[in-house]
Amino acid sequence: MAEITISGLRHSYDGDLSDPSRLALKGIDHVWRDGGAYALLGPSGCGKSSMLNIISGLIRPTAGRILFDGRDVTDLRPEERNIAQVFQFPVLYDTMTVQENLAFPLRNRKVAPAAITRRVAEVAEMLDLGPLLKRRASRLGAAEKQKISLGRGLVREDVAAILFDEPLTVIDPQVKFDLRRKLKLVHETLKLTLVYVTHDQSEALTFADQVVVMSDGEVVQAGTPEELYERPAHAFVGRFIGSPGMNFLPCRIEEGEIRFDGGRLSAPGLRRLAGQEGLSLGLRPQALQPADAATGVEGEMVGLEDRGHYRIADVALGGARLKMRLAEGVPAPQGRFPVAFRPGSTLVFAGDRLVGDLADAQA
Amino acid sequence: MIRLENLGRSVDGAMHLEGIELTLSPGINVLLGRTHAGKTSLLRVLAGLDRPTTGALTQDGQDLTQLPLSKRSVAFVYQQFVNYPAFSVRDNIAAPLRRKGLARDEIARRVADVARRVRIEPLLDRLPAQLSGGQQQRLAIARALAKDAALMLFDEPLVNLDYKLREGLREELRGLFHDGQTVVYATTEPEEALQMGGTTIVLHEGRVLQTGPAHEVYRNPASVTVAEIFSEPPMNVVAGHVEQGRLHLGDLSMPLPDHAPAGLAGCRVGLQPHRITRTPGPIRLEGETLLAEVDGSSTFAHFRAGGQPWIARLDGVHGLPIGAPFTGFADPADLYFFAEDGTLLAPAQGARHG
Amino acid sequence: MHKLDDNRAWLLVVPVFALVAFNAVIPLMTVVNYSLQDIFGPGQRVFIGVEWFREVLRDPTIQASFLRQVAFSALVLAIQIPLGIAIALLLPRVGWKSSLAIILIAIPLLVPFNVVGTIWQVYARPDIGLLGRGINAIGIDYNYTSSAVSAWITLLLMDTWHWTPLVILLAFAGLCSIPEPYYQAARIDGASRWAVFRHIELPKLRGVLTIAILLRFMDSFMIYTEPFVVTGGGPGSSTTFLSVRLVNMAVGQFDLGPAAAFSLIYFLAILLFSYVFYTILKMNEGEP
Repeated sequence: MAEITISGLRHSYDGDLSDPSRLALKGIDHVWRDGGAYALLGPSGCGKSSMLNIISGLIRPTAGRILFDGRDVTDLRPEERNIAQVFQFPVLYDTMTVQENLAFPLRNRKVAPAAITRRVAEVAEMLDLGPLLKRRASRLGAAEKQKISLGRGLVREDVAAILFDEPLTVIDPQVKFDLRRKLKLVHETLKLTLVYVTHDQSEALTFADQVVVMSDGEVVQAGTPEELYERPAHAFVGRFIGSPGMNFLPCRIEEGEIRFDGGRLSAPGLRRLAGQEGLSLGLRPQALQPADAATGVEGEMVGLEDRGHYRIADVALGGARLKMRLAEGVPAPQGRFPVAFRPGSTLVFAGDRLVGDLADAQA
Repeated sequence: MIRLENLGRSVDGAMHLEGIELTLSPGINVLLGRTHAGKTSLLRVLAGLDRPTTGALTQDGQDLTQLPLSKRSVAFVYQQFVNYPAFSVRDNIAAPLRRKGLARDEIARRVADVARRVRIEPLLDRLPAQLSGGQQQRLAIARALAKDAALMLFDEPLVNLDYKLREGLREELRGLFHDGQTVVYATTEPEEALQMGGTTIVLHEGRVLQTGPAHEVYRNPASVTVAEIFSEPPMNVVAGHVEQGRLHLGDLSMPLPDHAPAGLAGCRVGLQPHRITRTPGPIRLEGETLLAEVDGSSTFAHFRAGGQPWIARLDGVHGLPIGAPFTGFADPADLYFFAEDGTLLAPAQGARHG
Repeated sequence: MHKLDDNRAWLLVVPVFALVAFNAVIPLMTVVNYSLQDIFGPGQRVFIGVEWFREVLRDPTIQASFLRQVAFSALVLAIQIPLGIAIALLLPRVGWKSSLAIILIAIPLLVPFNVVGTIWQVYARPDIGLLGRGINAIGIDYNYTSSAVSAWITLLLMDTWHWTPLVILLAFAGLCSIPEPYYQAARIDGASRWAVFRHIELPKLRGVLTIAILLRFMDSFMIYTEPFVVTGGGPGSSTTFLSVRLVNMAVGQFDLGPAAAFSLIYFLAILLFSYVFYTILKMNEGEP
């Protein structure tokens, strides 16, 4: 197990660092703590796969260092790094049995046969592969195959970290639950450093204790799933996480008030932002609610979409269109109606960065 | 108006569709079912790609199975992104129009119009290989729209797209059709069925289980199977029995709710996952967390209580470690009662809406 | 795939049926016809049942040709398949070097059969050929017109030069289709180069190698033009393979009846061998 430190990482596939806009990775510093369950989340092309390959050693970064427990491994090859990896599609040795597949990394490292047998049995037990040990690996279902890929990483007691590259893509929805639970239990039992790369926020938020969100070659936020959802530090995170994503409403701050096209909110605590350009309010759809009495903000219902136990209302507010989530049982307003903002969930962004919220501002 | 009467199809003795009775009216019709429920088989029969082995398929009284494919007005969008690889985006959209023999400027006008509607205008001169997955599927949809067919068939068109792309395209889809068109849209996802609206047709193992307006089917599922298919995560269903005016569910016991049918003994009781909350209520489900899964803006808390596994759907994102104590609450008014064979006896009283 | 229920599709297949009937079934039936009759001249023919078949099977020169043929095909496969895989493994997989290597390797495949024979006939001549003179110059007695061993070596060299490229191309295509994660996983697992070959590359090549072995078997088992041009079946009858023997019988001796029976047996033997090969290769495959 190891703590993985990345410092000053920049990478360009043509080796040229002079044009920052063409870099795959634009300067990343991050520490993956020993025993943490991390997700690396971002849309395709954000640089997360490059990052993964740099950690595993398949790519050498153009600039920057990678340390495992303080030891510089930047120039080490993958086989010298004690990293295991589970790929998007099961990668197995088709001619071997499940047992032989699991034993393979140990056999290559000349571990004593008795120790191999013992370790393989332990790992098979943990992953519920015990009854399948004598079966040909290629005959099994996708979920078992992915467990074998994971098992090949777990058998090595010296493994520093296990990397996952969207490992549940080929798994049927009905089986996903079992595999997700198994992954979490393995993590809790072994306290391994795990890094899970995905474009799917549900996968990331379900798997990880810490989610590292990347966009356009940069880390925009690292935090717990709750933090990313409730207090996105970057507008990209607000839009990307949650369904539907966060609404953004351009605003300005004047005379202790947040003012926007269509209304104003009292916010004496935000005077420090007065007159600043590029401010906006970040609002999750449930941060907006119909109010009983006038609030100083009036919206107009434009559309309503029933999604079963909740509805998404399309609300026109001045020139902007916002999505408002109505829980079951809350009557849908008609025509023009007063809009309430939940103070703790009404966030203020300057440019793309979170700078405050309405709850502090009104305190 | 397309009618399917006692329609069935089997291939080499394997039943794909059986006893389908269905009327498809202009508007949106969603085929909801799990994988291998027969959705694709039904779409292929509707498209005229396959012939039913039994029953009739008619449109306004005319037998559709006898009409050659080339004479029918059908468009089909698949899971895979199917486009002409050597044609530019513009020529891809124009292809069905050229086949109809429309005038040049009419084709140009329609291509521009469709490209604007599916938002691929800036890409008209590219080749499909130069587009992202989402753009490729937009192109496939554009070609289907350009055809302006009377019958538009969609076979899980969003399933191969990234999460956020799916969300965006799904919101736009509903607005792309005009009144006269009959749209048949196959999906496995309950939320997609609700969002598309219109009529929902629940398909299971080659048979139609229930048909009706989306929200009615969602709130009044005719059987346990429909309730399970039309709920994400699936509805909690547990065996129950009534003894001395009390309802017993596993180790749990509670007064029999008022809406339970009279004379009830053995039954199956359903509880929708979003009806389990963490704010105290009359039914207390106390146990430990099996796993918390996050989906969009909600958390599916799987937990074990009273000797049963349960799933609660909680709003927002919540980190619940495996094994952590979990207490959920529910209201007896929210229970669905099903007979032991699975047919609905009484829907939840809480199946209300604003 | 589901098929389209449209009977008009059959119309499109009719020309193919007609073509197959015209150039395969009708000639084959003619051969069957000949093989069962003794023909003395136009209008003078006698039905003699399976007499020709019996005669062909008992003919010691044909039996010898058959054994020679089996030995030749076995050597061809034993040399060309491993050699082809080995060269394919050495080729660069991407970039211009890869394209250039493929083009150079494919050149022998484009040379017509009889030209290949002529090239090697001259190339291997001990008096004026570069190869023949070279071998003799280093003190080895080599002459394909007088020594059976020399003749065999010449034919095997020539066939290997001509046809190994096919095996290389097939194996190369197979190697290129192995997804990169397999190699990455092997590196991470600390696998040796040999283990990568044995446990990843060879199993993934099985499909294309089955095709390569079948093609090389069928071609080598029917080899005619090259021995005809280079050695004419000699010295003695040391390179008289089945097809050479067959042509001698049909065209040289004009024994149409026995030749027809011979060709049918030949045809069935190839069919049988190919089927056996195919079955064994598929069986070993185990699972998809």
